[in-house]
Amino acid sequence: MKKNKEESSSRRKFIRNLGLGLGSAAVAGSAAIAREPAEPDSGEKVMLLSSDGKLVEVDRSAIRVAKARTKEEIKKSYKGLPDKKFVMVIDLAKCKNARKCVDACQEGHMLPKDHEWIKIYLLQDSEMASKYWFPKPCYHCDNPLCVSVCPVGATYKREDGIVLVDNKRCIGCKFCMTACPYSARVFNWKDPEVEVPRDHVYDPELNIPPVEGTVGKCVFCADKLRVNELPRCVKACPMGVIYFGDINEDAVTNGVETLRFSSLVHDKQGYRHMEELGTAPSVYYLPPVNRMYPVEIGFEDLDESISERYTPHDVKKPKKNDR
Amino acid sequence: MSAIRESLLKDLTPEIEKTGRTWYVVFGIFLLIFIVGIYGLIQQIDKGHIVTGMRDNVVWGVYIVNFIFFMGLSYAGALVSGTLHLFKTPWRAPVIRIAELITVISLAIGPFFIFFCVGRLDRLPYILAFPRIQSPIVWDVIAILTDVFGAAIFLYISFLEDFAILRDNEDLQILPWKKKMYRILALGYQGTEKQKRILSFSRNVMAAIIIAIAIIVYSVLAWIFGVTLQPGWHSTIFGPYFVIAAIFSGVGLLIVLMAIFRKIYNLEKYITLKHFVNLGIVLFVIAAFFGYFTFSDYLTKWYGSVKMDKILIDKLFTEFRFYFIVANYIGILTPIIIIAIPRLRTIRNITIAAIIALVALWVNRYIIIVPTLETPFLPIQDTRADWLWYSPTWVEWSLTAAGIAVFGMLFMIISKIAPIISISEMEEAEEKRKQNQLTGEHHE
Repeated sequence: MKKNKEESSSRRKFIRNLGLGLGSAAVAGSAAIAREPAEPDSGEKVMLLSSDGKLVEVDRSAIRVAKARTKEEIKKSYKGLPDKKFVMVIDLAKCKNARKCVDACQEGHMLPKDHEWIKIYLLQDSEMASKYWFPKPCYHCDNPLCVSVCPVGATYKREDGIVLVDNKRCIGCKFCMTACPYSARVFNWKDPEVEVPRDHVYDPELNIPPVEGTVGKCVFCADKLRVNELPRCVKACPMGVIYFGDINEDAVTNGVETLRFSSLVHDKQGYRHMEELGTAPSVYYLPPVNRMYPVEIGFEDLDESISERYTPHDVKKPKKNDR
Repeated sequence: MSAIRESLLKDLTPEIEKTGRTWYVVFGIFLLIFIVGIYGLIQQIDKGHIVTGMRDNVVWGVYIVNFIFFMGLSYAGALVSGTLHLFKTPWRAPVIRIAELITVISLAIGPFFIFFCVGRLDRLPYILAFPRIQSPIVWDVIAILTDVFGAAIFLYISFLEDFAILRDNEDLQILPWKKKMYRILALGYQGTEKQKRILSFSRNVMAAIIIAIAIIVYSVLAWIFGVTLQPGWHSTIFGPYFVIAAIFSGVGLLIVLMAIFRKIYNLEKYITLKHFVNLGIVLFVIAAFFGYFTFSDYLTKWYGSVKMDKILIDKLFTEFRFYFIVANYIGILTPIIIIAIPRLRTIRNITIAAIIALVALWVNRYIIIVPTLETPFLPIQDTRADWLWYSPTWVEWSLTAAGIAVFGMLFMIISKIAPIISISEMEEAEEKRKQNQLTGEHHE
């Protein structure tokens, strides 16, 4: 891709583009947009950050969906983006279980409703401490057990830190699911019955369509990163909970503010979930202190099937007929 | 032909010559169970793994339990037959072939349960096409393939002399194709001194090799669980623990099969109380070891206060308490008690103890696999009951039953091709016994 070369020539540019949220248009420049056949204005404006650091408004119709890539380009999805090392920071003080990240992820990856690549847990660390909402994507560990145990190399770690699953290679042995201590992976127990556009080319970066009998998981929206956009969950979050960025650039953004990663994690005492397991996740959490909302707000407007998740289950199994 | 061989042939070959109605009835029942299993498999392939009880948390269920169980039986068969052969155990002759057959037949069945568990059966060749050596599954594939060859060679060379005996026996009332088969399978073995020497040497070497393979291979299987971080699996004891457990179940199965064949093929003269008691003592020793391993594994988890271990132990002591009692109390203590008290050592009692050991070990596998997967590090927050608790479906049970049925069928078929007691081994043992009687020595 031509765009990639431009990116790597200037690493600084990347993070600015990241902040922009919808960078494909920006990297190619406004000229590219102008060349597109004119579409009627949707009337819906999107905030973008231009390369000189100014916030600009663009009509949604001006945004082009990235085209399916060729086979040669898809091969790049096994290597990753050059000179990048992606990192996510999740600010637990801001999360109120709005679940917009879950919806955006499911929509973007054509997942069935019961497949969640990002899950939101309700956790409580000790009895005296309060409960808090805990969004959990794949941690894209630097020492990923799922990758070590995969017998066929269907799940692999890229240079940019992203762990992907090639569902054309996956044999469905589910060893990665037992090896992952974070329950990050889901299995396609039946045919997902997804209708994909006819010209769609499979690419592990987007992982559409899901294939029966294979494993799926959060891909850090590698397809979006390739075109300099933020992951879907980051963009969808109304609270700006999720920050995303590049460790090499030492900057993360939630689409609204861009922060220095090292000082953010240092000052707010960022931590990684179950550091003691030694898996070295690429996802950091900021502790749920000085919270913006009481935890109860997370229960508002929830589907019963979802709110019931967070009530403790009876220890006893229900009888067969009750199921 | 010596008098010993004549009497052996008279006792052991009728089952090869003719087949009774009961044989066909039992075989038919097994076949029916097998067909139901095939129907279950077709359902699973057609509708997907959703027809099983497995879900995102408990991704491995009864299939993996069966896989470990059958592989365990196989390795135990190898260990028992290899050890009996290598140490020239005097009473081995009538039982060694059953142990050898357990090795090969279980080995033929075990891997199928992995095939049932794999989501994309069509992509199974990828393991050979794109193997990654750091994956314990690839270790296991290498290990099992090695074992298949090792065990098959060991079994075949132990059959060789018998094939030659059957080939040379003109009186055998069998169909011409069977005669031809023996001629081919005997590989021109004539029992010359040189041939005998080579055969004996090869058998010793193979016995030593398959003992080593069995230990390595079953440890590798244990490490599939041991290398993960899951509570209950991440244990250094798992390798030896699995090996001991395998021998426990294998000896149990050997005793059960001895009892069955003794009854149906009228082998009371050959398989006697002595064999049951001797193997019972092996079972006793292994049960003690197995109990010791089990105790130390659970004690260390229970005594400490690591959160995940505590959750797991709580689950085992509440939801799974009946399984826990069956697997780790009844299954271990019954064989120990029955065999420890000489008065209780009857063929019937020892067989019952062996059956209990066998069933308990299957349950032990179940409570190693399922409770651990039901207690992930992050609590399962879900509303779907089948996502929260694993419960096997009829598809899984039908395939389990089919596995047992195939085991039975293969044993029945092989018992029609070659005697279930090795004629050559018996002959050798009898000759030795006679010699000892003549010289006045008594080795038992």
